Amino acid sequence: MSEERTTKKNKKEIVRRLGNQREIKLTFVFFLLLFAGMIGYLGHFVATSEQDMVNNSYNSRQQILLSRNYRGTIYSRDGEVLAETVLDEEENEKREYPFKNLFAHVVGYSTKGRMGVEAQANYYLINTHTSLSNKVANDVAGVKNPGDNVYTTLDVQIQEVADKQLAIYRGAIVVTEVKTGKILALVSHPDFDPNEIQNIWDDLVENQSSSVLVNRATQGLYPPGSTFKIVTALEYARENSDTYQNYSYQCNGAYRNGESKISCYHGTNHGAVDFRKSFAKSCNSSFANIGIGLDRTQFEETLEGLLFDEELPLTLSYSKSSVHMSADMDTDEMLQTSIGQGRTQITPIHLNMITCAIANNGILMKPQVIDRVENDEGEIVKGFKSDVYGRLMSEGEANILTELMTAVVQEGTASKLKGLDYTAAGKTGSAEYNNVKGESHAWFTGFAPAEDPEVCVTIIVEGAGSGGDYAVPIARRLFDAYFKEEMQ
Amino acid sequence: MQEYVIELSKYFLAGGMVLYAFCSLYAFRYRKDNERKRIFIFQNILMFVVQLIAFVDLALVSRDVRYLFLYAFVQIFLLTAITLVTLIYEQANRLLLNNMCMLLGIGLCMLARLSFDKAVKQYIIVMLSLAISLAIPFLFTRIRFLKKLTWVYAAVGILMLGIVLIMGQVTHGSKLSYSFEALGGITFQPSEFVKILFVFFLAGALWEDISLNRILLAALLAGMQVIILVLSKDLGSALIFFVGFLFVVFIATRNYLYLLAGIAGGSLAACVAYRLFDHVRTRVLAWQDPWSYIDNQGYQITQSLFAVGSGSWFGMGLLKGNPKAIPFVESDFIFSSICEEWGLIVGICVILICVSSFLTMMETSLRIHDRFYQMIVYGIGVMYIFQIFLTVGGGIKFIPLTGVTLPFISYGGSSVMTSMFMFFIIQGIYIRLQQMGGRKIVRRANDQEE
Repeated sequence: MSEERTTKKNKKEIVRRLGNQREIKLTFVFFLLLFAGMIGYLGHFVATSEQDMVNNSYNSRQQILLSRNYRGTIYSRDGEVLAETVLDEEENEKREYPFKNLFAHVVGYSTKGRMGVEAQANYYLINTHTSLSNKVANDVAGVKNPGDNVYTTLDVQIQEVADKQLAIYRGAIVVTEVKTGKILALVSHPDFDPNEIQNIWDDLVENQSSSVLVNRATQGLYPPGSTFKIVTALEYARENSDTYQNYSYQCNGAYRNGESKISCYHGTNHGAVDFRKSFAKSCNSSFANIGIGLDRTQFEETLEGLLFDEELPLTLSYSKSSVHMSADMDTDEMLQTSIGQGRTQITPIHLNMITCAIANNGILMKPQVIDRVENDEGEIVKGFKSDVYGRLMSEGEANILTELMTAVVQEGTASKLKGLDYTAAGKTGSAEYNNVKGESHAWFTGFAPAEDPEVCVTIIVEGAGSGGDYAVPIARRLFDAYFKEEMQ
Repeated sequence: MQEYVIELSKYFLAGGMVLYAFCSLYAFRYRKDNERKRIFIFQNILMFVVQLIAFVDLALVSRDVRYLFLYAFVQIFLLTAITLVTLIYEQANRLLLNNMCMLLGIGLCMLARLSFDKAVKQYIIVMLSLAISLAIPFLFTRIRFLKKLTWVYAAVGILMLGIVLIMGQVTHGSKLSYSFEALGGITFQPSEFVKILFVFFLAGALWEDISLNRILLAALLAGMQVIILVLSKDLGSALIFFVGFLFVVFIATRNYLYLLAGIAGGSLAACVAYRLFDHVRTRVLAWQDPWSYIDNQGYQITQSLFAVGSGSWFGMGLLKGNPKAIPFVESDFIFSSICEEWGLIVGICVILICVSSFLTMMETSLRIHDRFYQMIVYGIGVMYIFQIFLTVGGGIKFIPLTGVTLPFISYGGSSVMTSMFMFFIIQGIYIRLQQMGGRKIVRRANDQEE
C-alpha cells in the first residue's frame, strides 16, 4: 500500500515538472481557430450582403449616399433614357420617366417605397464611380456627384408593341431572349404614370380592387388553363417514353368518370385523336383521360422540377406559383388539374421560364433585366453575364414538346401564326375563372423560330375569351416586331 | 486637393494597418528581442503614420481645428508611453507595448470622431492609467507576498461585485457601476477591476494544490462571483469570468475531464439562464433572427450589421458614415463603427493586433517556470482574447450579443484602465522572467553536469 502511494506521488511530481506546454499551445490553437472562423464569417458577410445592407430601408446610410450623389440614370438596351434625375429651376431634384406609363411596373419608382429596376438596382444608382478628378471638380463647384447608370435589357420598340397590343385590356406580356434569359419587354395592365406617383399614390393604395401597383407579369397569379397541358404532356411523355406516340383517344366532346365530367372548349367534338392532335387541338377530354392515368407521386416531382411551389431565380419581386398534387387527391380534382383548371395558379413570368427552357433544349437561363452598370463616363463598373439556372427537362423531352407546340401552330389552335416568314411554336389557353362558364382569360406562350428559337413570348389577356382568338394575334405582332428589328 | 487627400487617405490608412498587423505577427518568427528590434521600430513609424493620416482626414472633413489639438495630445501620450517604458524597463516586451499604443491611438481617434468630449475624457483617464501602470512592473519585481493573498482576492472580489448588485446604478438595464457624486459624478465599474483580482485568486488557489477539494473550493468562490454578475445582468462579464476559470483550472490540472465537465456545466447553466431570465431570451432571439424584430430587440444588432455592411472593404471614410445610428456605439459597438468608416480591412487588422497580443501572452506563459505567475499571464490572456471574441462576434451576429467593451478602443474609463493594468502586469512578469531567466539557465547547466 505505502509503496503504491509513493509511486503515485512520484508520478504527480513528474507530471508537474513536465509542465503544461502542450495545454497552453492547445489553448492558443483553439482561440486561433475561433478567430479564423469569425474573420471568415465577417469577410463572407461583407462580400455577400453589402447590397442587402445598403438597400434595407432601415439603413439610414441611403440618405447619406443620396445627399452626396445624384441618383443614376436607367437606360434601355439601346441607350434610351427610362428614368433620370433632373434639376428644376430651383435646383430641386426630380425623378423623370420620359416614357410615362410604358415602363411603369418594370422600371418602377423610387419614392413612396421602391419597385422594379429602381428597387433592384438601387445600390448601384445611389453609389458613384466617377473619377477622382470629377469628384474634386464637383467638390469645388459644390455640386453632387453623378450616381452610376444602369443599362437594362429592355427594348423600347418591343415594349411599345406589347403595350399597344394589350390596349385597354388588363393582363400581362413577357418577352425574353431564349438563349440569354434577357427580358426584352415586361408589360402589366392596368398601369400608372410613375411621374405622378406622389399625387396618385393614395388613390392607388385605396383602390384595392384594380390593383394597379401589382406587376401582373411577375406577381399576378392566374389559372394556367390549357397552357398547363405542356406540363401534363411532359409528364405523360416522361412516364411513357417508348409508347406515347401510340396513344389514341376517341373524343365525343366530353370525358366522364363517375360523377365528374370534363368538356372540351365550347363542347367541340374532336373525334379520333392521337397524342399530337390532342395537344394541337387542346382536347380537354383526351387530356383528362391522360391525366387520370398518371403516376401522381412522379407528377409531383415533375412539378417541383418545373419550379411550382418553389422560389424562382428572379430578382424582381414575384409570387410563387402554386399547384396541388398528391397521391390521395380525388378524381375530380385530378381531372381538373390535368387540364390546368382546379387549384393551380401560375405567374406569366413562370410560364415564360418553362417555355424558354423548352426552347433552349431543356436548359433554363436566369431571367435578367439589368445588363450592366456604368459610371458617368461610360466605363463599366459591373457587367451581368447571362447565367444558367439549370436543366428543367432532358433534351429529348424538350424536342418532343417543341414538336407538339409546332403542331399547335401548324394544325391547331394557334393557326393565326401559320404561314409567316418564321415558324412559331406555342400553346394557347383559355382559362376559366370565377367558375363562370364562358368567361375566360386568353393565354398564349410560345417561341420562334421553332428550328432555332431566339425569342419567347408569354401573353395573358384577362377576360378576353379564347387564347387562339385574342392572345395569338398579339404574339404575332411581337414576333414580327422582334424579327423586323433584327433585320435592321 | 482636399478631396484627393481624403480619398487616398483611406487606402494609405488600410495599407499602414495591414503592414503593422503583418509585422505584429511576423515578429514571432524571431525568438530574441534584439532580432525583433528593427520590426518594432518600423511598427512605431507605422503607428505615427496611421495617426497622422487618421487625424488629418478627420480635421479636413470636419474643418474643425480641435481635432488637430487632440492629435497633438495623443501623439504626446504615445511618445511618452513608448519612451518612458523602454527607458525605465529595458527588458519590457516591445511588441505588447506597441500593440497597446496602436490600439489606444486608434481608439482615441475613433472616439473623437464619435464624440469629441468623450475622447477628451478618455484621454485623461488613459494618461492617469499610464502614470499608475508605470509603477506596476517595478512592484512586481519587488513584492513577494502576492501568492499569500489568495483568499483576500476572492473576498474583495465578491464584496465589490456584491455591493454593485445591491446598490449599483442601473445602466441600460444592467447593474454595472457605482457613482461617486462627490468626485464629480465619476462612475466606477468594479467588474472590470475584479477581473484582475479574479485571475490572482485563481492562480493563488491552484498553483501548488490541485486536489479535488481545492478545486471545488475555488469553483465555489469563483461561482459566487459569476452568479453575482449574472444577477446584475452583466452577462458578458459573467461569461468572461467563467471561461477564465475553466481554462485556468485546465492548465493547472492538465485534466481534460475538468474542461469537459466545465463546458457541460456551462451549457446547463446557460439553458437555465435562458429559461429564468427574460433578458437572456431577448439576446438569443435578437441573434437568431434580428430582421424580424428590427424595430425593437433586433434594432441594435441590425444597425451594427448595416454599419459593417455599408462600410465594405475600405470603409465610407471618416465622418462619411452614420455610426451613431447604433445605440451605445462608443462602448459596445466601436468595432462596427471602425468597420463602417475605415473598412473591413482595418477592422480585421485590429483583430489581428489583438491576436498578436494574445500570442505574446501565451508565449510568455510557456516560458515561465513559476506556476503562480504562469497562471496569471495565461488567465489574463484567455480573458482578454475571450472578451474580444464576445464584443466583435456579438456585433456581427456571429454569437449572441453580450455588450462588453473592446479593450483599449471602447469608451469607458474602468475598461481602459483595467486593460492597461493587465498589460503592465504581464510586462512586470515578463521583466521578472527576463531577469531570472539568466539565473535559471545557469542552474540548468549545472544540473546537467551533475
